[in-house]
Amino acid sequence: MPSVGLLAQSLASGVFIGALYGLLGLGLSLAWGLLGQINLAHFALAFLGAYLTYQLSLAGLDPLVTLAFIVPAFFAFGAALHWVFARFAVSAFNSLLITFGLTVIIEAGIQWIWSADFRRLESHYGDVRYRLGALYLPLPELITLVLAVALSLALWAALRYTDFGKALRASAEDPAIAQAFGVNASALALLLSGISAALAGVAGLCIALSYTLAPSQIYAWVGVVFAVVMLGGLGSALGPLVAGIIIGVSEALTAAFTAPSWAPVVSFSLLIALLLLRPEKF
Amino acid sequence: MKLGKLWGALALVGLCAAAQAQTVKIGSTLALTGPLSATGAVHKVAGEIYVEELNKRGGLLGRKVEWVLKDDQSRPDLARTLYEQLITVDKVDLLIGPYATANIVAAVGVAQRYNKIIWHHTAGVPSLLKYDMQFPTGGLPADPEVSLPELVFDAVAHAPKPPKTVAIVTSKFPSVHFISVGARDVAKKRGLQEVTFLEWEFGNRDYGAIAARVKEANPDFLFIGAIGVEGLLLVDALRKIDYTPPIHFHMFPAPGPLAKAPAGQHALALTTFEQHPPFTNNPVAASFVKTFNDRAAKANLPDNQVELQAAGSFATWQTIEAAVNGANSIDDKALAAWLKKHPVDTIIGTLRWETPSNYMPGARLYKVKQLQDGKWLVVWPPEFAAPGAKLLAP
Repeated sequence: MPSVGLLAQSLASGVFIGALYGLLGLGLSLAWGLLGQINLAHFALAFLGAYLTYQLSLAGLDPLVTLAFIVPAFFAFGAALHWVFARFAVSAFNSLLITFGLTVIIEAGIQWIWSADFRRLESHYGDVRYRLGALYLPLPELITLVLAVALSLALWAALRYTDFGKALRASAEDPAIAQAFGVNASALALLLSGISAALAGVAGLCIALSYTLAPSQIYAWVGVVFAVVMLGGLGSALGPLVAGIIIGVSEALTAAFTAPSWAPVVSFSLLIALLLLRPEKF
Repeated sequence: MKLGKLWGALALVGLCAAAQAQTVKIGSTLALTGPLSATGAVHKVAGEIYVEELNKRGGLLGRKVEWVLKDDQSRPDLARTLYEQLITVDKVDLLIGPYATANIVAAVGVAQRYNKIIWHHTAGVPSLLKYDMQFPTGGLPADPEVSLPELVFDAVAHAPKPPKTVAIVTSKFPSVHFISVGARDVAKKRGLQEVTFLEWEFGNRDYGAIAARVKEANPDFLFIGAIGVEGLLLVDALRKIDYTPPIHFHMFPAPGPLAKAPAGQHALALTTFEQHPPFTNNPVAASFVKTFNDRAAKANLPDNQVELQAAGSFATWQTIEAAVNGANSIDDKALAAWLKKHPVDTIIGTLRWETPSNYMPGARLYKVKQLQDGKWLVVWPPEFAAPGAKLLAP
């Protein structure tokens, strides 16, 4: 019979990885749901963010401080990317193909600069963990959880209660009517695409704090994060976090109480179940 | 005048063709991109160094050597296609296999179809390779699922406090999984109590729950069947929940990241070569170490030490050179016949191909190394241990 300690530690582990799934899915979901942009390059951007965090930390910056450089740079990149998409009227399906190409280019760039070999950020955060009874809470994972919750809530509130959010939702629902009411849909889209890319940069920090980096790992996250985005609902700010934690906890409990090799089956089983039970959501 | 130019151009074409014919073309693929590319990069640097030095010595049979290297993107299906290309389009004379079991199995299948000899350094499941002109050159035994765990359990039996319980946890990456399953039988025969056995999919992201299960099992010895950074991610997850296994073994780890991580301290792993005596007493090995350290740093590889992978690559090229010179031919059948009769001295030891599978009998060339103060040192068997080094188990 597994102990309470094992159950609690596995739950915590699931929440932590789920928060990272949610954070990775947040920008993807918003861009997909509100802009019709399926941005596969989101994963490559997250890893580029992770490598930049690693590099800037090697130069002596605190990993958290690197966000001051990475977030604005990624915001500008995201906005520029959307400007190109808008300029050439790229459809949702074509955006998938183009951003896949962009992913390959970014991966090649990462490999060219940092080589294919593994890179690992050794930061002082990695040595810190807090104890809560029998439960251990490592600081890098806590940082991920706090960032994921704070950003999801902030964006949810912004979309729900601010004029910016209302205008964005109106543009997504009916661009022509929104424009007739004076909404500058183009500017809002640039802003949202920038925010989405900046969120990838933040996720990159979290990846760098907890994982060893290699260029090809970009693709390791695609399947599960797409499942998170679908489960959470396209364009939702809180959905990816909730779905991420559900999947993360399910995977962790599967790993804790059955064979760990069954864990990856969980996310897609949940997705298939939802598609069958609630097809109207999609 | 025009006729003169035409003759000149024809002569130039003829000269180029003659120069082409005078090179020995050796074809291979490596995982230069994709999930196995970190190790592929090591094999690329090692091969480039060897070909350069070989050509300085005059090449093979007086002909310069050209290495035709393609990127298989870590994909067996692509490796298969590229080996077809190497044989039918590039018309290479000789073949070296790619990196890692699945890609090698794909490449050997193509070599067999064209009756080409093929050398390979890193195929971990000998039973998958039946072709009589495939020659493993990495020193792996014919029965890795028995010999390698035997070697590891021998080593830990000589720890200050020999283990009585073992947890065997493994990735489902084909070769390491196969050897880890064999380790269960070896442990049982030796009377070690198996307190847990866990498997995860290659590419697993979350090791938290697995770590919690290992901690709960609290083994004396943690046997991790892992490749790349999987083992590091697991011991990192263990460290986060304040647990350090007394002895932990990682089958084929990425040596650099493990050496730099605090959780990697005292990790054990398999090797055939480390850059310290007695290995570097061999002047060829010492020279290679010096060049590789320099070239790997220039290639921007964060870990530029020579160990299992780079040494295995070098041994492969040494074997080809010895076979071509010994057989005085680049004919596939002549080379295969020569290799069956002659052992070859390499920097990892003497390679022989005397079993039906062409693999070595027993783990004669394998050793167990340990991370001590950030450096990998061979600790078992004692005759290959780094000066003054012995297995530590705090």
